[in-house]
Amino acid sequence: MTFEHILFSIEDGVARLSLNRPEQLNSFNTQMHEEVRQALKTVRQSGEARVLLLTAEGRGFCAGQDLGDRNVAPGAAVPDLGESIERFYNPLIRTLRELPMPVICAVNGVAAGAGANIPLACDLVLAARSASFIQAFCKIGLIPDSAGTWALPRLVGMARAKALALLGDRLSAEQAVEWGLIYRCVDDADLRDEALKLARHLATQPTYGLALIKRSLHASLDNTFEQQLTLERDLQRLAGRSEDYREGVSAFMAKRTPVFKGC
Amino acid sequence: MPQTLAVQSHQAVCLITLQRPQALNALSTELLAELANELERCNHDDTIRAVVLTGSRKAFAAGADLNEMAERDLVGMLNDPRQAHWQRITGFAKPLIAAVNGYALGGGCELAMHADILIAGEDAQFGQPEINLGIMPGAGGTQRLLRAVGKSLAMQMVLSGEPISARRAMEAGLVSEITPPELTVERALQIASTIANKAPLAVRLAKEALLKAQDLDLASGLRFERNAFTLLAGTADRNEGIRAFQEKRPARFNGQ
Repeated sequence: MTFEHILFSIEDGVARLSLNRPEQLNSFNTQMHEEVRQALKTVRQSGEARVLLLTAEGRGFCAGQDLGDRNVAPGAAVPDLGESIERFYNPLIRTLRELPMPVICAVNGVAAGAGANIPLACDLVLAARSASFIQAFCKIGLIPDSAGTWALPRLVGMARAKALALLGDRLSAEQAVEWGLIYRCVDDADLRDEALKLARHLATQPTYGLALIKRSLHASLDNTFEQQLTLERDLQRLAGRSEDYREGVSAFMAKRTPVFKGC
Repeated sequence: MPQTLAVQSHQAVCLITLQRPQALNALSTELLAELANELERCNHDDTIRAVVLTGSRKAFAAGADLNEMAERDLVGMLNDPRQAHWQRITGFAKPLIAAVNGYALGGGCELAMHADILIAGEDAQFGQPEINLGIMPGAGGTQRLLRAVGKSLAMQMVLSGEPISARRAMEAGLVSEITPPELTVERALQIASTIANKAPLAVRLAKEALLKAQDLDLASGLRFERNAFTLLAGTADRNEGIRAFQEKRPARFNGQ
């Protein structure tokens, strides 16, 4: 499997996917979409990966859609943006959110447009101190897609979500942490190592249990209190049947370090 | 032994699993016949008080058997033996609970709607895609669906052929609970066993009364309800139920 616009590998349970069109600030064209889709399919189906680390090459993280790839010249037929969202962005966001393992996003530089919202579909977002998030959509007459309008108010509250989406201002990585948009901000030089350290740790953890945690936290955003209690009962029932739970308990009783298999 | 079903007993509950994995549990005439036979057997077996019906993780049932259907012309359809099997399934008098995972499409959706209670896995899909084949639902899809989800959604599903998600099905009232797919059957069995502990005659009449509500005008339905209610006054289980409640102990029903 050879890719032109991404780097992809799975090693010791850590799947690494790096966007690799640095000259275009890793903006998405059709081929990059296809390659990312292919790589994520492998992550889901190979059974080898227990964590996904998503990052990008060069100075930027992702500038969203490559506008050169969309024909919007004056007089040309209007492209159906809904179509490209249905075909590429929505499946990508759903896959990242539903992947049954932790997804880490290391934002190495500017994240704009869809590129600012893709990290928000991941579970743990680390950013380089020089990175920034820009909801650039409003500046070209569009709305934040890739679940931006869903994630932003839930993460930073409606007031800040509106300011970000309506003004399209640059939000620094540090401010993003302060607002609760992302998890951590580290020095640029440390980002790669920190993200990998986190990924390697998670790759040794009870992956199935972590996937159920992810699922229950996601569901809580839509559920009532009672529905969530019921879901917790159901998912705990599943977690309790896992091999890792047995291992966790027996390691605890024997005062040794557990060896989790992820199932 | 049925070829297209697996049948297991869990105390007073019978679990029937559709088993034609190669065809996503498409409802062949053989399968329908075996299912109707099995339900009739359960109907007559006093030790069975409720039935759970399920398919596979991927598909409850993905529709009718198209190869079979293609072979039948108009006269063939008029003499279709399947109608009799459907009627026997409809006539099942004990509680029937469907545990639906994956696809419940066409005849599969219609079969699920024959159940009294529907429990769905999170990724279940319900739909009547017959229109895509130039035909229409033929086993209650236009009737039970409308009663379950209302006119607008029923029309949309039947005329467009597009399926709905488990969540949408629950919002619309087609299913009563959603669970993780791994627990759908377990939850259905729990509900079935809860029901199996109640007085069988009361359960049977209550089910009948609820089904009447779909067919009769209110006055007739109320009359049926009152008659059924009165009938239960003559049963031993009713005396046991009331006495157990007064004595603050669990009731022991024997179906008399």
